[in-house]
Amino acid sequence: MSLPPFQALLDEHGAAVRRFLVAAAGPVDADDCFQETWIAALRAYPDLRHGRELRAWLMRIAQNKAIDSHRARARRPLPVADSPERSSPSPDVPGDGQPVWARVRELPEKQRMAVFLRSAADLPYEDVARALECSQEAARRNVHEGLKRLREEMA
Amino acid sequence: MSQKTGTRLNEAADRLPLGGPTPDELRRFAERARDEGLLDVAYAQADSPLGPLTVAVTDRGLVRVAYPDRPLDTVLGDLAEHVSPRILEAPERLDAIRRELDEYFAGRLGVFATPVDWVLTRGFFRRVLEATARIPFGESRTYAEVATAAGSPRAVRAAGNGLGSNPIPIVVPCHRVLRSGGALGGYTGGVERKRFLLALERG
Repeated sequence: MSLPPFQALLDEHGAAVRRFLVAAAGPVDADDCFQETWIAALRAYPDLRHGRELRAWLMRIAQNKAIDSHRARARRPLPVADSPERSSPSPDVPGDGQPVWARVRELPEKQRMAVFLRSAADLPYEDVARALECSQEAARRNVHEGLKRLREEMA
Repeated sequence: MSQKTGTRLNEAADRLPLGGPTPDELRRFAERARDEGLLDVAYAQADSPLGPLTVAVTDRGLVRVAYPDRPLDTVLGDLAEHVSPRILEAPERLDAIRRELDEYFAGRLGVFATPVDWVLTRGFFRRVLEATARIPFGESRTYAEVATAAGSPRAVRAAGNGLGSNPIPIVVPCHRVLRSGGALGGYTGGVERKRFLLALERG
């Protein structure tokens, strides 16, 4: 029941967590969410009972941080002109597909997260399900319904 | 599923950053981890005339020095298992010991100020290594003398084994322990390195 050194998680999954968060939290909040995700993971790490399925475990944490940030932003009064959803992406992350992700961020929570985990983080459905703590069938359904809704809105 | 929507998502995904965390992000993360008391083991590479060393510290002090022949995965795996899995590469945390190693290899430092964390050692082996740590720069002792200093004069062979598993070579100077009669004996980093260190210390 030995766990890999935490640095190995950063090296292996840092890129996927970053991609997920840039899409799910948006360019403005992604950096904070990234730090919060890894600090929360490091805090909980020694209590894990085994070192399996660590990517899904990390994505579950990242997902929670993205949801927190989404809710905090909804509560935060923003001048309309400055809304990050509508402004151009920050200069640090040029052209990272934000117009599309901004549409996805408008979806209901479960669909939104399923779509981000599947397409931005490029997880197999097995891991999407683990990260969302649901069945694979439910994960597929959420992605499907999310895409359907996007299609209707983007049509 | 809409072909078009799927395509647009794929295109957007293709434009997401490919790289992992930047060095600056990693540095900020390690700093914050440390501030919150979550960084149990920090490690870095240190260049040396004997090849790149892996050095690791805890809050108590230097816990590991490994020669390059030992795979990094093995070194970190041992630390994860025996000290803590909260291990990060955090070069800033090792500035002091890396500076001391530079000075030592330049022949300008005889006593390391960085304290040692003995957590990877136990029992008689720890006593052997503690006795070894007291051998002054430029001097040597025999395996029998070290066994005696560790409280078990007859455990000469066991003392040799203990030195062979020294987790902190160079700083805990097991290279200063020789066979009676002056033969080099073994060394955790290979006898050539032992010869190099002894020559360095004799100036």
